[in-house]
Amino acid sequence: MNKARIRWHILVFLAPAVIVYTAVMIFPLFNTLRLALYTRIEQERVFAGLDNFRTLFFDPIWAEQFWNALGNNFWFFLVHMLVQNPIGIALAALLSHPRLRFAALYRSAIFIPTILSFVIVGFAWKLILSPIWGIAPSMLDAVGLKSLFAPWLGKEEYALTTLALISVWQFVGIPMMLIYAALLTIPEEILEAGEVDGITGMSAFWKIKLPLILPSIGIISILTFVGNFNAFDLIYAAQGALAGPDFSTDILGTFMYRTFFGFQLQLGDPHMGSAIAGAMFAIILLGVCIYLFGIQTRMRRYQL
Amino acid sequence: MNKARSNPLNSVMMHGALILYTLIALFPVFVILINSFKTRKAIFREPLALPDADSFSTIGYETVMKQGDFLLYFQNSMIVTVASIFFVLLFGAMAAYALSEYRFRGNMLMGLYLALGIMIPIRIGTVAILEMMVATGLVNTLWALILVYTAQGLPLAVFILSEFMRQVSDDLKNAGRIDGLSEYTIFFRLVLPLVRPAMATVAVFNMIPIWNDLWFPLILAPAEETKTLTLGSQVFIGQFVTDWNAVLSALSMAILPVLILYVIFSRQLIRGITSGAVK
Repeated sequence: MNKARIRWHILVFLAPAVIVYTAVMIFPLFNTLRLALYTRIEQERVFAGLDNFRTLFFDPIWAEQFWNALGNNFWFFLVHMLVQNPIGIALAALLSHPRLRFAALYRSAIFIPTILSFVIVGFAWKLILSPIWGIAPSMLDAVGLKSLFAPWLGKEEYALTTLALISVWQFVGIPMMLIYAALLTIPEEILEAGEVDGITGMSAFWKIKLPLILPSIGIISILTFVGNFNAFDLIYAAQGALAGPDFSTDILGTFMYRTFFGFQLQLGDPHMGSAIAGAMFAIILLGVCIYLFGIQTRMRRYQL
Repeated sequence: MNKARSNPLNSVMMHGALILYTLIALFPVFVILINSFKTRKAIFREPLALPDADSFSTIGYETVMKQGDFLLYFQNSMIVTVASIFFVLLFGAMAAYALSEYRFRGNMLMGLYLALGIMIPIRIGTVAILEMMVATGLVNTLWALILVYTAQGLPLAVFILSEFMRQVSDDLKNAGRIDGLSEYTIFFRLVLPLVRPAMATVAVFNMIPIWNDLWFPLILAPAEETKTLTLGSQVFIGQFVTDWNAVLSALSMAILPVLILYVIFSRQLIRGITSGAVK
């Protein structure tokens, strides 16, 4: 092929995607990181170096909110890792059983919460858990556990965990599907070989299937991590921008929204908002790097 | 053979566990839907009963139709979702074709650059996106949302589609070239129809997050005439917290379109996820 000729069609094919992606995603991302280094003094945008980050991490008023949101976010993530992913794996293990009837029906039904919007999920659970309506207390009453009921979303010590569990309820379908897909790729011969050696049922799951699906578990972990550290919608829909009661459900997403958009009497501050976005970016990047270089490369992969 | 794996007791327990979880998954949706058709009294007296002749009422829906402009919100959501998916598919397929078909300098690098966005959420750049939309006057227009969702969907679309385009036979494309077809004709007439299943997967993956998004409509297009259904129901419910009939009906009206879409596309969606397209 003639080397000097520019192949215009390659340019034409690439241009729209690259332009939109660069202009609306990559450029704003770096521009946000840049804005974090500025501040506003009397309507003027002035360069402030790392001052915003210093304020965010060390100024008593800001730091308290930031560490609270970060800590809450880690708890939110932990609940997902400890509840959502094990349940997802267990459901996938049941569904992938070779002679299970109605598997497709169960699969589609369990996936339904995942397709609903956070607004629907947030309000639906708010109504169900509401002490006014009384569905939750009367159901607990039916099994003799009425004393356990509390207005979970309204109590500081329970609200965050309750919301995390609601989010687990909503998203359990995703790990279920991905693990289910991974389990289907395990060849029957391997399982039969195990059976000949007397490895069946539960021990077949722990000793044969689980090691083989570890890479998929790694993928769902990092997806959960990225999703949780950029979560916002469910908390906003259920508890509002103030992430009540008393900021006990505040996570980085709601904190950033409040900061840069303002709420009630506080004016929005795009520069502090950018600083929070910068912190979120660093956390997500760190998580992705730990996954890519620390976990994924060390994970033993079996050739099937 | 396989005796241990087809024990009837095991099978009962498995069905038991799955049925239990299915009930947990569907119960809230069911409760919302049945109560939206009841009178206020019946909602509180017997929340778990099905509506009967006595308790049936559509008062909630009447309030919703009168107060909120749900038809407009629905239309906005529809326009944004369909247009975004169209651009994601068109631009994504074109870029994927360029990356998978031609060898040129920087091909690998371009592929990596476009893949960056798979892991990094676009929300991080919100402050600058808002500034840009204000500066260009796109704020409070549907275009702002369409642009953002297109950019958000492109990385994964390029990634998935280029995997599939590598599998399209070279002989076919070369035959087209010998017949004197232009590169554009080869792409649009020969290659695109062959990757249609992959495009459907990409479309279904993008559809739900776009339809359900609350963040960008809230920040970029909160005006009454550009509200999406998700934002519209959020605002509406916020205003009518004490009117249980209206809240339950608004929720049901927000659930139904997604549920219908899901029933139509669930096969495609599940096949897409389980075919390992996201690995």
